[in-house]
Parts: sequence; C-alpha cells; structure tokens
Amino acid sequence: MTTTSPPRPPRRLRPAATTTRRPRVRHPRTPGELAFSVLLGLVCALVLFATLYPIWFVLIASVSSPAAVNTGQVWVLPAELSLFGYEQILSDGRIWTGYRNTILYTVVGTALNLVVTLPAAYALSRREFAPRRPLMFFFAFTMFFSGGLIPQYLLYKDLGLLDNWLVFVIPSALNVYNLIIARAFFEHSLPEELFEAATLDGVSYLQFFLRIALPLSKAIVSVIGLYYLVQHWNDFFTGLIFVRDYDKQPLQIVLRDILLSNQAFAGGAGGAGGTGGAYGQQYADQIKYGVIIVSTLPVLLVYPFIQKYFEKGVMIGSVKG
Amino acid sequence: MALTLGETAEKVPVPPVAGGRRRRPPGAVVSDHLRSRWQLWLMLAPAIALTVVFAYVPMYGLQLAFREFDFAQGLTGGDWVGLAYFRQFFASPLFWDLLRNTVAISLTTLVVGFVAPIALALVVNQVVGRRRKRFLQTATYLPHFISIVVVVGMLQVFLNPATGVLPRSLGLLGVEGGNLLGSTSAFVPVYVISEVWQHCGWNSIIYLAALASVDPQLYEAARVDGASRAQTVRHIDLPALVPTMIVLLILNMGGVLNAGFEKVFLLQNPLNLPVSEVISTYAYKIGILSSQFSYATAIGLFNTLINFVFLVVTNQVAKRVSNTSLW
Repeated sequence: MTTTSPPRPPRRLRPAATTTRRPRVRHPRTPGELAFSVLLGLVCALVLFATLYPIWFVLIASVSSPAAVNTGQVWVLPAELSLFGYEQILSDGRIWTGYRNTILYTVVGTALNLVVTLPAAYALSRREFAPRRPLMFFFAFTMFFSGGLIPQYLLYKDLGLLDNWLVFVIPSALNVYNLIIARAFFEHSLPEELFEAATLDGVSYLQFFLRIALPLSKAIVSVIGLYYLVQHWNDFFTGLIFVRDYDKQPLQIVLRDILLSNQAFAGGAGGAGGTGGAYGQQYADQIKYGVIIVSTLPVLLVYPFIQKYFEKGVMIGSVKG
Repeated sequence: MALTLGETAEKVPVPPVAGGRRRRPPGAVVSDHLRSRWQLWLMLAPAIALTVVFAYVPMYGLQLAFREFDFAQGLTGGDWVGLAYFRQFFASPLFWDLLRNTVAISLTTLVVGFVAPIALALVVNQVVGRRRKRFLQTATYLPHFISIVVVVGMLQVFLNPATGVLPRSLGLLGVEGGNLLGSTSAFVPVYVISEVWQHCGWNSIIYLAALASVDPQLYEAARVDGASRAQTVRHIDLPALVPTMIVLLILNMGGVLNAGFEKVFLLQNPLNLPVSEVISTYAYKIGILSSQFSYATAIGLFNTLINFVFLVVTNQVAKRVSNTSLW
C-alpha cells in the first residue's frame, strides 16, 4: 500500500517504547568486552557532559558575582552569590511585556491549533471518507513546497496581519506534521467496533468525535498540544518579519535584543531596536545569564515531567498508516 | 498517485445521518456523499481554509517572480518580465558566494546531523539499566526545547573572546582560541556543532524505537555464535536502522538548501558575513528590508525549486535501490 503522508518511516518500524524490557543477553567477561564497556561508559559521560554542562554553567554563572565569573572562579559551583542579574531583569519592563505577549500568543494559539487540528485529523482518519487520500496530499504537499517569504509577506499585508497580534496565532493554526500524527493516532488507537456500535445508536460523526473519540484521546491531545506550545513559545521568526510595533513583540524578540544586540559586533540588521546599551557593559554578561534562565525556566521546570509525552509523539508519528 | 476510492467508499455502511437510502444512480454520487459526510467536511473546513489561504495563495503569488512588482496593483498585477529576475540573480556577483555558503552550511549539517543521532542511538541502546538509559535520554532531548535565540545567546557568552568560557578553558591548555564568532573558518563548525547539540538527542528517538523492535532472539543467537557486543552492534543493530535511515535521508535531502534561516541570521556579524550570508538571509534583506519584492521572490523560488528537485530525485533513487518511498 502506498501512502500520501510523507514523514513516516517504513513498514518495519513499529511503535514500541524505547524502554521496553527485554531479557539481557550476557556476554562473557573477556578483555574485549571489558574494553567495550569502559569505552561505552566514557562516551556516555562525554555526551552527558557536553549536553548538560552549558546549561549548568549558565545556571551557576547567573547567581555568581560578575567578577567571580570573569576571573574564572566559577566552574562547578556558584561563587560569591549575587543576584545582580536577576534584580536588573526584574526591574526591566521589556522582559515582562515580552512574557505577557508570549503567554497570550501561546495560550490562544495553542487552543486554536487544537480546535483546527483535531477535528481535521479525525475526519482524515475515517476510512470510509473517500476523498481523504487526495486531501492528505493537499496538506502534505505544503510541507515540501511553499510560496516563500515575499508572497507570504505581501499576502499578510493585504489581510491586515502586519503589526497585528493575530499574525502569531492564525497563519500557524495548522501544522501538517501534527495533523499527520493525530490522524495516525485516531486511525490506530480507536477501536473500529466503538464507531460501529455508536452509529447503530444513531450517533453522528460530530457527536462521536466530541463525546467518544476526544475523551479517549487524551494522550494525543497532550502530545500535539505540547508540540504547539513549544512552537509558540520559541517563535522568533514571526515577530522578526511581520511585526514592527515593539509592544506586540514576543519574548524571543526581546531576548534577541537583550542577548544579542548588545554585542561588540551586533548583526546590524533587524527592525525592532532595543536599548541594549543601557546596561553597564561590565555587567552585561551577568544579565544575559539571568535572561537565559528566566526565559528558559518554564521549559526546564516542566520538561522532566512531560518529556515522555513528547517522545510518545514521535512514536505515534512513526506508525505506518 | 493512484486513487481507488470509489469502491471502498460504497462498501462501508453509511451512517444513519445519511437518510437511509441504499442504492443510488451514479449521477447523485456527489450529493449523496455530501449528505452522508457533510460533518466530516465541516470538521475539515477550518484546516482546508487555512491551508488554502496561507499555503496555496502564496504559491499562486509566486508568479511575482516573473512580474514587475507594482505597488498599486498588488501581488499579481504587475507587467510580465519573464525570467529577468532569475537572470539578474544568476549574473549577480554574489550568486556563487551565496550558493557556496548555503551548500556548505546545509550539506555539512545534513551529513553530521544525519550520522550523529544514529551513533547516539546505538550508544544509548547499549547502556545497561533502565534508569541510566532513561536519564541519558531525558538529558539529551532537553536542548531541543531551548529556543534558537537562547542557543545563539549562549554561544555568544561562551565564545566571547574576552570573557567566554571556551576561550578561557583553551587558554588554560595553552591554545589560542581567537574570536570564534567572528571568524570565517569557524562559522560552519560552530553552526553545525550547535545544531548537533540541540537536536541530536531528539532525532535519535526514532532510531531507538527501531532498535527496540529488533527481535531479541537475534541477540541470543549471536551470543551463542560467540559474537562480541561490538559485533552485535555492527551486524544486528546497524542493519536494523537502515530503513529508517533511508526515509530520514530522503526527507533531509528535501532541505538541502535550507540552511536554517533563524540561526544563521542570528549568528551573522560583519566579520563572518563572507561565509554566513546564505540564500534565505539574502532574500530577507533584499525583500523585507529593501523592498525589492520581485527579485526576492525569484531568489526564494530558486531555493524552493532546488530543494524540491532534490527531494523528488532522492525519493526516486531510494525507490529504485531499496523499494522505500515517501509516496
């Protein structure tokens, strides 16, 4: 069977938890095996260090005094505790405006995403719905071919979306990849007998979707909800291209101005100008460490608890439909 | 794409909302379909409308690449100029630089970013103990959720020649690091390493899933035959990943000219611009910042077409060679 939806690995790949227990095959303790284990341990340690140390360093540097960081006293633990960076950030209005805007765009945007994506995915999962394959192609094609930046920009201009907060919410209301994941879930995880029984009772598609399919699909709702959430939280492009009004800019644009435009050689381009030079140069790095933590904290705090849902999304997406 | 939809649709029992009639003359197929499936169309309507407006209308607007943009007449009203803007781009002294930079950045990212998750998955899969494995996975996925702006901000504080951690650590070892952010030779490595740092763990999930579905009997049989762990990785794990590799490679080839606009743009500075100006950032500057809409559309279309051709060609090759295809 051929399929219309592209990003799916071939037949042999079945969804399975990566942590599935299986009987371990024991290899004899030869010098070769010992060397293998040692090498494996070293590689893992290196990977862990390379992944986590940058984040750890930012964290400890953000609560150490600038002098201690600059003289190289901060490597493993914070030195000369100082909350200077955080005090500056807390008293700076830009960050909070950015935060407020981003929260608004993220909440409204994600809600709209779910309202658009889930019903469409359910409709496309119905096998008796004849046009579903051409429709899948209609959606999937846009993943690989697009009109590009300028036609998009001019269209938004005609629609009045420039400098309008709706630009953060409406054009991104449907992500085709998430549509494909949700469709795969509905198609494979809802028992067909359920639908047959419901139709005998005279339940319509809409009623079935709202009263039966959705309550049984909390897993997929949380997975794609989280994908959309992160997408909105980290959205930098939309603000850069389509919004000039600084009061409407999301957190990422504010971050760009604080983190990057204060550099000795700032990129030069980019419309929304911040007042990056307002802070004393010697404390600039301190503020940057603090800003990185403040802006990433929500993600870092929530992440360990929701990580398994993200992973589940990849698994569902890899089901051959 | 072959569509064999008519028959299958007929066989499925029509839900009661349809109104009850069973046999219909062929002419009434469409209205019957609408009568029984209108709720499905209703559920799809917002998604279809959004896709038409925000994906297909801009595609229609691509004709701007062949027209003279006219502020009074909008997207499709200007005079026809044929391939003039493409000729202008190909003749531009920047063309070869842009193409070289774009290919250098995206091809290196493609190769390294393709190999690294496979290697990581093979390593993680060898780790003994559920909890240790879990921890390693959780840690390596984490950077995927940090925004590009923050990653570039971290690079800038770490690599700052005066105060950064990396130049200082190198200094302790007696190596002169120099200004890695303002160097033309360090730009691509810095870009690619930060990409791998961010996405390697996340991209390994799909390979780990493939490894988890390998038949355990294979390992048992290999051990009985005296295979070492290294040999089981080489002869069981790696072959098990091949189908997944092919699909992901095809998908990646569709982005061969997509040097990530946001990260490249944020990493740019006057010192590294000779190697960091890529097609997409140039199109942004020409189009959005200096309002040469037709020219920028032509540049963007060139980029999209090359990507699309690569996707289709790789897919065809994969179909011939390994019977794997996206569609």
